[in-house]
Amino acid sequence: MTASALGRASEGTRVVRTRRARRFTRLLLPAYSWLVIAYLVFPIAVMIAYSFNKVTTGLPQVSFAWNGFTLEWYRQWSSVPQLTSSFWLSIRLAVSATVLATIVGTLLALALVRYRPPRFRGKAAYEQVLFLNIAAPEIVLGASLLGLFVTINLARGFLTLLLAHVAFCIAYVAITVRARMAGFDRSLEEAATDLGANSLVTFTKITLPLIMPGVMAGGLMAFAISIDDFVTSNFVSGSAVPFPVWVYGVTRIGIPPQVFVFGSAIFAFGIACAIASIVISRRRT
Amino acid sequence: MEAALPAIELTGVIKEFRTGHDVVTAVRELDLTIAEGEFFSLLGPSGCGKTTTMRIIAGFEEPTAGTVSLHGRDVTGVPPNKRDVNMVFQSYALFPHMNVFENVAFGLRRRNVAKDEISRRVNEMLTIVNLDGRSHRRPRELSGGQQQRVALARALVNKPRALLLDEPLGALDLKLRQAMQVELKRIQREVGITFVYVTHDQGEALTMSDRIAVMNEGAIEQLASPREIYEHPSSRFVAGFIGTSNLLAGKASSVSGGDAVIEVGAGERIVVGTRDLAIAPGTELELTVRPEKIELSAERPAGPGCALRGTVTEVVYLGTSTSFTVTTTTGADVVVFQQNSALAGDLASRGDQIWLSWQPAHSYLIGQSAPG
Ligand SMILES: Nc1ncnc2c1ncn2[C@@H]1O[C@H](COP(=O)(O)OP(=O)(O)O)[C@@H](O)[C@H]1O
Ligand SMILES: [Mg+2]
Repeated sequence: MTASALGRASEGTRVVRTRRARRFTRLLLPAYSWLVIAYLVFPIAVMIAYSFNKVTTGLPQVSFAWNGFTLEWYRQWSSVPQLTSSFWLSIRLAVSATVLATIVGTLLALALVRYRPPRFRGKAAYEQVLFLNIAAPEIVLGASLLGLFVTINLARGFLTLLLAHVAFCIAYVAITVRARMAGFDRSLEEAATDLGANSLVTFTKITLPLIMPGVMAGGLMAFAISIDDFVTSNFVSGSAVPFPVWVYGVTRIGIPPQVFVFGSAIFAFGIACAIASIVISRRRT
Repeated sequence: MEAALPAIELTGVIKEFRTGHDVVTAVRELDLTIAEGEFFSLLGPSGCGKTTTMRIIAGFEEPTAGTVSLHGRDVTGVPPNKRDVNMVFQSYALFPHMNVFENVAFGLRRRNVAKDEISRRVNEMLTIVNLDGRSHRRPRELSGGQQQRVALARALVNKPRALLLDEPLGALDLKLRQAMQVELKRIQREVGITFVYVTHDQGEALTMSDRIAVMNEGAIEQLASPREIYEHPSSRFVAGFIGTSNLLAGKASSVSGGDAVIEVGAGERIVVGTRDLAIAPGTELELTVRPEKIELSAERPAGPGCALRGTVTEVVYLGTSTSFTVTTTTGADVVVFQQNSALAGDLASRGDQIWLSWQPAHSYLIGQSAPG
């Protein structure tokens, strides 16, 4: 009797306490979340804001005082030829590197998931190299790539940039695709073979569609890493100057406001991609 | 002409798997002939090599030795996509990114069948497996039983020379499994295709098959009709694996005219057919009697039957029947099933002294099991 009464009483206080705790977390969690989001978004917001900032000095340079709203820089987005050409170079570079790295990285991931040492000698070495590729400081990779290109006497330009970008993107694609292949049901491929599909048809009709989300994720990762790579690109760019390298160079003289326009455009493109991927994955389920 | 050729023929098939330094022999010296249109089951405990045998027939595994022939053509070394057999996987292996129609049409598309013929044949097959109106569903929108039938339709629509089914009902619950057993048998009759059916469920094999191969440790212990296997198990392993059976050990005391008199324990005698086994008086033997063939009575029954005396040690009510465990004077435990008919009262209860009797034709001498 008394024991159960006691139990009921303590249950009562527990209810009050959890209610109070709930009210507290109901405030704390959103506050914390919004702070983190603000912290992450603030620099981007500043960039977007200053892409609409008037310039009063007469020189086409960003000033970090608010002078009033203008669309001038959007209207004149292409009036700094070197900036425009470096931007398009970066786009071409990122697209080519993404396509190549996605193909090589996906095939590498398939091999790593499928085959074991008797058939796949040096599998452990492959995995180590992938890991090192991501873990090694980029400045070391960049410097050694430059050393390599100089040694084999390869002129620095688009080709060396592409080789370097593909090299560091492969690991990201391979690791993303491999993670998505965990739990892939091999009997699906056997079923396709059983129904008369040769290995090419099995790959294109069954394997590839099923690992496509992983391949896309790996490709997006590669694109995002390639488009804003500075360290390696700075070493191996030579005559071809990609967007980040150009922007870095120009900071010493003063940044033209169009840089913020391009920055905002890249950001908007990224947001569009993210929304598209959400919409597509919602429609699938 | 062609009907005379066996649908599937395995000759001297051996399969060894090498894992590191170990060699696992999954299949040892298998000879098997499956006739056209037959419902053939491979039955055995888990790990006895059923799946491996099936994968050898489908072409997913190459035998270490021996040959595989389909309709008289040696297909050893021919890849699965060039063999005229189809397989139903235990996990169904339906393509999750395709709807039911596309799943079923997959094999026909590989063979460049005309578009309207594909849609005609797919729809016809979906009708046979009772999936009309579901052709636009994705596999994950279907129940387990429906997925199973899509897997079946996907294989059958190609009109294969033989259909291989690897424990196809294993993932279904009991009720659905029993319904699907009937369904599968109907479909097989309707399409007239050879079925090779892998199962570890003896009830399933007994109810569905024309013939059963009971496998043990990579070899066939007995290959016969369900009735033959149930009533005349050829080995101790088969007797133990199929249903409940009673094993009695004894010594032949006299042999005459195809019958042997077996002495079990002190003075109890049982008559059994020798089945062409060369038995000399004095040989140690084992025989089996199925539990439902045994009669219980309070007095020693008259007539030429076999009879043993014992004490009832356990009574279990099973609904339509009752199971009695009787410890005989010879020391062996014997299980007896009695129908719970309207006439029968309580036959016996625990501790009763009782007589067990059966017709000589129902005790069956078993040979030695192949060494394990
Ligand atoms: N790919 C494989 N590698 C190594 N051993 C295998 C492989 N496949 C099957 N085995 C072994 O072969 C034996 C038979 O397996 P399996 O044919 O799957 O039996 P069942 O289908 O009757 O359960 C088992 O001992 C199993 O461990
Ligand atoms: Mg199996």
